[in-house]
Amino acid sequence: MDVTILNLVFYALAVVAIGSALGVVFGRSPVASLLFMVSTLGSVAGIYVLLEAHFLAAIQVMVYAGAIMVLFLFVIMLLNLGHDYQQDLRGWAFSLLALGVSGGIGGLLVQRFFDLEAAGLSLGLAGVGASELDASIQELGALGVIAEPLYTTYVVPFEITGILLLVAIVGALVLAKRNVEGSGRGGEDLQ
Amino acid sequence: MNAVLALSAVLFVIGTLGVLVRRNAIIIFLCIELQLNAVNLALVAFSRAHGIEGQIFVFFSMTVAAAEAAVGLAIIISIFRHYETVDVSSFNLLKW
Repeated sequence: MDVTILNLVFYALAVVAIGSALGVVFGRSPVASLLFMVSTLGSVAGIYVLLEAHFLAAIQVMVYAGAIMVLFLFVIMLLNLGHDYQQDLRGWAFSLLALGVSGGIGGLLVQRFFDLEAAGLSLGLAGVGASELDASIQELGALGVIAEPLYTTYVVPFEITGILLLVAIVGALVLAKRNVEGSGRGGEDLQ
Repeated sequence: MNAVLALSAVLFVIGTLGVLVRRNAIIIFLCIELQLNAVNLALVAFSRAHGIEGQIFVFFSMTVAAAEAAVGLAIIISIFRHYETVDVSSFNLLKW
């Protein structure tokens, strides 16, 4: 594809991502925030495609926008937060402080960004400039290029991830289940 | 074309702002996911210059995010059972 078209697509996705991210922060109801978040995740997935991370784009849509966001939606509906919503932005003094803190973090990131740019960093979209990734994608395919190191060099972290998921399942079950008689666990007897 | 890094920084700052200004625990959690995503975007952008390791790292970070979402939402549910609210300013048991 033409470089200018790629740039246009990137900027369109970036505008959607930033707009939806602001929607997440300033959304009126939790469900609206959540749907804005899905839109942000979708645009970031589009940018992953532009950066030649096709597998991650697919995973982003399926796992993040699909599974995790649906989990959030279930919890919002389970807790019935949709309509008894009250304005939950903090007071203006705290908000000003928050703006200062995030502005500071942003300033640090911008400074670092210009340092990198001065050092001659240049990251390109797909098809822009030569990257060593292009050659390996040609050789192994979009999936093989991530699967090959995942099952060879990084196989131990990969297996540990499986254990982590098991622990998370057990932990989430123990935390969220209703108190069963005589088990002495769960939310009820905290009261 | 370093604009990807700039986008990542902007998303991270918006996420930080959201964590700080909201009181609803679920929205705060959503904004933490936004920050995670911003960092993932930066890693993918760098993986084009420095090899596939960045994408591998993003793969693991997504798995950890999924586990973290499940446990975090379970904690929010059990807190809601106790306090009948998800407003973080009412969780002050550990406040000195």
